[in-house]
This record gives sequence, C-alpha cells and structure tokens, in this order.
Amino acid sequence: MADVIKKATRESYGEALAELGDKYENLYVLDADLAAATKTGIFKKKFPDRFFDCGIAEANMMGVAAGMAATGKIPFASTFAMFAAGRAFEIVRNSIGYPHLNVKIGATHAGISVGEDGATHQCNEDIALMRTIPGMTIINPADDVEAKAAVEAAILHNGPVYMRFGRLAVPVFNDKETYKFELGKGITLRSGKDISIIATGLMVNEALVAAEKLASEGVDAEVINIHTIKPIDSELIAASAAKTGKVLTVEEHSIIGGLGSAVCDVLAEKCPTRVKKIGVNDEFGHSGPAAKLLEVFGLCSDNIAKTAKEMVG
Amino acid sequence: MDAMLKKRLEITACKVRLGIIEGVHSAKSGHPGGSLSIADTLTYLYFAKMNVYPDKPDEPSRDRFVLSKGHTAPALYSTLAQKGFFPEEELKSLRHVGAMLQGHPCITIPGVDMSSGSLGQGISAACGMALSAKVSSEPYKVYTILGDGEIQEGQVWEAAMFAAHYKLDNLVAVVDNNGLQIDGRVADVMSPYPITDKFAAFGWHVIEADAHDFDSLEAAFNEAETISGQPVVIVQKSIKGKGVSFMEDNVSWHGSAPNDEQYAQARSELEAALAALQA
Repeated sequence: MADVIKKATRESYGEALAELGDKYENLYVLDADLAAATKTGIFKKKFPDRFFDCGIAEANMMGVAAGMAATGKIPFASTFAMFAAGRAFEIVRNSIGYPHLNVKIGATHAGISVGEDGATHQCNEDIALMRTIPGMTIINPADDVEAKAAVEAAILHNGPVYMRFGRLAVPVFNDKETYKFELGKGITLRSGKDISIIATGLMVNEALVAAEKLASEGVDAEVINIHTIKPIDSELIAASAAKTGKVLTVEEHSIIGGLGSAVCDVLAEKCPTRVKKIGVNDEFGHSGPAAKLLEVFGLCSDNIAKTAKEMVG
Repeated sequence: MDAMLKKRLEITACKVRLGIIEGVHSAKSGHPGGSLSIADTLTYLYFAKMNVYPDKPDEPSRDRFVLSKGHTAPALYSTLAQKGFFPEEELKSLRHVGAMLQGHPCITIPGVDMSSGSLGQGISAACGMALSAKVSSEPYKVYTILGDGEIQEGQVWEAAMFAAHYKLDNLVAVVDNNGLQIDGRVADVMSPYPITDKFAAFGWHVIEADAHDFDSLEAAFNEAETISGQPVVIVQKSIKGKGVSFMEDNVSWHGSAPNDEQYAQARSELEAALAALQA
C-alpha cells in the first residue's frame, strides 16, 4: 500500500469530460462560475466552443440544460452539490425530472470533505433530495477509475443522471484494466459471512480498510460498493443481508435519506435485517481539514471496524 | 396585414377562446383570465409565424414554443387543437383523471415543446433551446410567453442576463402585461414596472405591442426578426379575460372556472363574435 495513488473524483470528472468530448460530439458542458473547482475547466480548455459559463445562477443553468436536452444535446450541468441539488432542487425536479430530459448533473464538493469552507458548502442532503425525484438516476463513484467509467455510463443512459463527486483526493483502489461499471449494479469487493458493510463514494475504500482490520481480529466482513444509489441493486443487498444477517451502511451523507435509508427501504420489504448506519448524523458540518473532519464525524475505517465489531458482538 | 389573413386570424382566435372556456368549464378549475389575454398572440404565432407541423410534431427543424406562464395551458391546448395537433374533443377532458391534457403543459402532449408552469422556469429552457440552435447552426427560432407577475421570479432575470450574454437573437420572449396576478394588480402586489426599461438594461431589444391587434402583433414579431446580436422581448399590453365581458380586467377570473350559467353566457358572447366575423 506504499504507492497508493490519490486523486479527487472531481478531477476524474473534468478529465473524463475532456476525454469523452471527442467521442461524443453532442456533449456540452455548463458551469456556474466554478469551472476551476469542478474541473470542467479541463473540458473548457479542449472544447471552448462546447463550454458555457452560466455565471453564479444555478437555477437558470439547470433550465438551460433542460432546453438543450429537449433539442437533442447532452448537457452536463456542473456546480457544487449544495447548489445543484439544494438551490436548484425545484428546477431539477420540474424542468429536468418531470419531462425526463437527458441532462447530466455533475455535482462536486459533496459531503463534509469539502473541509475548511464549512457547513454552508458541505452538502450532506443531496442524495436524499435527488432520490425523491421519479426517474432520476444517482451515481456516487468511489474513486478515479469508477468516476471516469460512471461519466461514460451516464452519457450512454438516456434520462436525467445526478453524479456526485468529491473535493478530497482519495486512494485509487479499482484496477483500470479490469474494472467494469454497470449502472444499477453493486459490486461485492470482498466476500464474508459475519456482516455486510455496504458503502458508497469515498467511504468504500474506508470500508475495505476496515474489513482488513476486522479480518485480523477474526471478523469476516463482506464489503459491497453501491455506486448507483438509484436505481439501487436490491437483489445484491437482500442476498448479502440474508447471508450475514447484519448490515452496516457507510456514507459521507446524512443518515437521513441517503444510502442507509435506501438500504433500509430494500431490507424492510425483502429481508428484514438489523441495520446500523454510519454517516453524518442529524447535524451540520463545520470547518476543518477534510481528513480530520472525516475522523471527527466517524467516517473512517477505525469507526467502521469498531461499529462492525460491536454488531457482530 | 393582409385583410383576409387578419379575418382568418380573428376567427381562429375566437375559436381558441371558445376552446379555453370549454376546457376550463369542463375541468371546473383552471385559469381563464390569463389564457384569454394571450389567445390572440398564440393564434398569431401558430397560424402566421411559427414553422410547426401537426402531422410531425417532433420535426427537429420546427420552431419551438415554451409557455413560461404555464398556468394558461388552456390557451396553448386550444390553439394546438385548432392547429390540428390533437382533436378539439380533448379539451373536454382537461384536468380529468387519466386525461392527456394536464393542468400545466407537459412535454408528452403533441405540440408541447417543454413542461412548464412553475413560474420563471420556462424562459430558462427557452434560452437552452436557443443556445442549442446557435451551437449547431440550426435556423429554428424559439418563442416564449411570460406573465407580468411571473417576472417577479428571480430566475427570469438570471435568464435575461444569460440570453443577452450569449446574444440569443433567435429567442423572442413575450411579456403578457395584463396587469393582474392572483393577489391583485401587479403594481400593488410587487411592481415589476418599468418592464421595458428593465429588459433594456439587461441588454434586450424591447418592442411594445397591443396584444389584441393583429397588425400590432405582426409588426412586433416582424421587427423581432430583424434584430441581430441580442434577444428580443415584446411587452404586450393585454386585457385579462379578453373576449368575455364579465371576465375582462377582473382578478377574480385569474384562477376560477365559470359555473354553468356563466359558461353559457361566455359561450354566447364568443359565438356571437364568431358569427359576426363569419358574416
């Protein structure tokens, strides 16, 4: 593990757009004065005629994206998760979701790993909000390899897609050569029989590290990566829960309405199972270095391992 | 305007108004006032200006229309029915369970280019369509109609800034200045005035028109086509409820349907007007 490469998934997003721009000539990118931060600036540099800055006006940007999609383009509307899912929620719902238009929303700076900017910019609610929109696909990639694959999968999917990316550089654990992204399909990264740890986004790698630690302590944990939160892979989740009988969900998002809630929705109907949720509790974030904040909020391998061990008993 | 064309448009507009009353009465709800105020403008657009194809509603080269003031869907539906996008019979099931015609415009209805009705959003979608035409050098134009109350929404001014910044001269927005919104006179609720100066300050070419005079509408929309390098707004002075005497300039007809007696009276007034035009 000495030479682990780290990269922020927002960086992967910008690079993927620039890489895919040649292949998909219908791809256009919109941003709201954050191209340097969302990394769509990488696309802008390569395709200046297919990039449109909308200024600090996210509501209008989402509507413009809707109009472009209604006339045959594939627009990626990019801004921070707080403004994409938060400020522009009703436009996403009524102008993109209701007419089921082919708009891709690239939401970066999700979760508390935004760090020093603090609570106003740490969006822990976006998955919950987007889940309520009928027909919305939600993807929360775990690393660089998955993020890039997800961008192309979003292009190939006809319909609205919300994609969630992070600001913090995180380990690249997927193998680019063998990785395969299937929309709506979870990935069992590690098989186990004692407990199912179901994670998404930046927490997938933490769950893998926790599972190694648990193994050394005699606990055999299964680790599942749910990159597509909607539609969720209910079969995989129910089968794993039936096998282990205990489920621990982990996400860098509010425990209200996110992955944990989605997993509970599945299990309540298909396989009632004891579930514990690790995420941001019913509270706002605050300022601090991202890595430190993740520790403080328990979004780290140590807390995952400790909680799993308590559940296994 | 050619006298024959003008007569035809006046006749069609009268039929559009009859369809509005039919739909709203059948639904026992809806927005007749603001529908009647844009009936002439929609008639002009669909019967004298826009390239649209009822037999090929999704033809990519067609001009686009977004009803940003989406609550006046009865006017759009009635116009589309007159144009032949779907049978006039559909108007009788407006807002009914399982019906095609939803309370606000829905993109799945033949001839409807964008779902709309949450105020302030339609103009942004129209901007996106106009930008889309520009980037792929397509010649179609994009038209949208906003309410004068609707422009109280902040998103309208985000869109106004955007359209001017990207020089969307293939976009024509109409502000239907009937002077009334749900809570009363727009000037009393939250004044949007001066509307013309505001759009001019945002970089738009501004034209004023009489919403119930086809010569004035023709002059306005023709002038709009001569403008390059900036978007065009037509601020049209209109009468809410136009064509039905007891609904005219009366705020209580913003969002309520006529009862059977009022329906009969509205119908007889419009039928008399139609008969006079056809005489």
